[in-house]
Amino acid sequence: MSAVLNDETKKVLVEPLVTNNPITLQVLGICSALAVTSQMSTSLIMALALTLVTAFSSAAISAIRNHIPSSIRIIVQMTIIASLVIVVDQLLKAFAYDVSKQLSVFVGLIITNCIVMGRAEGYAMKNPPLESFMDGIGNGLGYSLILIIVAFFRETLGSGKLLGMEVFQLTKDGGWYDPNGLMLLPPSAFFIIGLIIWAVRQWKPEQAEKVEFKIMPIAHGEGGHH
Amino acid sequence: MLNKETFNQYYEKFKIYRDKILALGNDSLEKTIAIALSLCLVCAVLVSLAAVALKPLQVNNKELDMKQNILDVAGLLEEGGDIDAAFAEKIEAKIVDLESGDYVDSINASEYDQRKAAKDPAQSVTIPKEKDIAHIRFKAKYAKVFLVKENGAIKSIILPINGYGLWSTLYGFLSLNPDGQTVQSINFYDQAETPGLGGEVVNPNWRALWKGKKVYAETDQPSMEKGLITEADIGEPALSVVKGVVDNSKPGSQYQVDGLAGATLTSTGVTNLIRYWTSKEGFAPYLSKVRTVKGAKS
Repeated sequence: MSAVLNDETKKVLVEPLVTNNPITLQVLGICSALAVTSQMSTSLIMALALTLVTAFSSAAISAIRNHIPSSIRIIVQMTIIASLVIVVDQLLKAFAYDVSKQLSVFVGLIITNCIVMGRAEGYAMKNPPLESFMDGIGNGLGYSLILIIVAFFRETLGSGKLLGMEVFQLTKDGGWYDPNGLMLLPPSAFFIIGLIIWAVRQWKPEQAEKVEFKIMPIAHGEGGHH
Repeated sequence: MLNKETFNQYYEKFKIYRDKILALGNDSLEKTIAIALSLCLVCAVLVSLAAVALKPLQVNNKELDMKQNILDVAGLLEEGGDIDAAFAEKIEAKIVDLESGDYVDSINASEYDQRKAAKDPAQSVTIPKEKDIAHIRFKAKYAKVFLVKENGAIKSIILPINGYGLWSTLYGFLSLNPDGQTVQSINFYDQAETPGLGGEVVNPNWRALWKGKKVYAETDQPSMEKGLITEADIGEPALSVVKGVVDNSKPGSQYQVDGLAGATLTSTGVTNLIRYWTSKEGFAPYLSKVRTVKGAKS
């Protein structure tokens, strides 16, 4: 590995997995993480699509970064991202029709995913194409990791299945497991992501945000009515 | 036409202009416009290439998906089975003249596309506003229905239906018993309602509620029993999606299906499209002929 990748590429590839995860630390891309994670299959496809879009858009933006007029910077980034997303959407419709039907609008919504824009503006505009590509892959993988964890819990607990295969036999099919319907609804992803963030910050306390202000106790004699 | 030499000439010229523009300051007006234009050009080519090159595959997928939906609504879908083969073997497509309710044999059913026809002024009619409860504006003069036959007798009649929900036009199929009255199943193969709310029209649990429901208000007219039904007394379309849960012990519950929670407008849309397509504007003339058994000539 180290022979092929220099330190910078390794850093941008590995850091977003845990130490600088786009979802748990930067809290970006939450919307689609709620929407598509009720099943593992849709999560995997979404993760793959987002990783590819982030990597290629970062590389493309980085390649022309020295010629992008600053006044139309964001529009240029959006145009590149949107074009790539349309291409991915077309590919899905051609090669994975069922999944594209289930993902419906969410593939198109990759355009508005903060992770893609965030990496373009935050990294690709200042760094060379190869590193930007790797940074896109790394951040995509960080996003994918969280999506897969969330989908794992939601699909197994919500429908007793994993990738459509039975894990727990449901009571309605004569088994023992009564599925938790909440897991199939978007709010459950909030709880799971919240728990993941809590776990990560317990493990790496430096990720916890600094307290910006303290709530002061009411001093005696002040406040209240006399 | 364009030989190598002239091409090279143009390319050299292009290179000069390109270098001139790239040498300009990033924030100059000329460069901003040039970058914006060339970026749009590159992206447009990329997007159109993908769209055009992948179209045949996508069309194929759509067709397969529709066949799968027809097999599904007919209750004939087998997991992992060959959809094309099962469709060819079990399903028969027929063209129906919506106005008269008779079969039309002059049109090749396998090539007829009702959705396309509805958009073609020569093959469609504009629905008068007061009758357009499904909000579809146009309907094809001829509809493509699908029949499932067993030993020569019709087992199910599958009708194409469409209508506007909250965000999108829903396209689907309604499958009826040969009596043209009892619902076997319903499904929607193309819709863009809110995922999780209106999008639940594709939920198998909700779709299962439709089984056994009745489409037309039943009357006690003696002519019904003799099977001598004219178009006039097929009855009014009565099937609807209601708010909340249907109490099956109450009279009239055979015409009611539970509403989708949190999706009132989609539920209303489904009621409207069912009412429209089972009315005289839709398949009532056809179904009345099917009901009289010998009425619909094939």
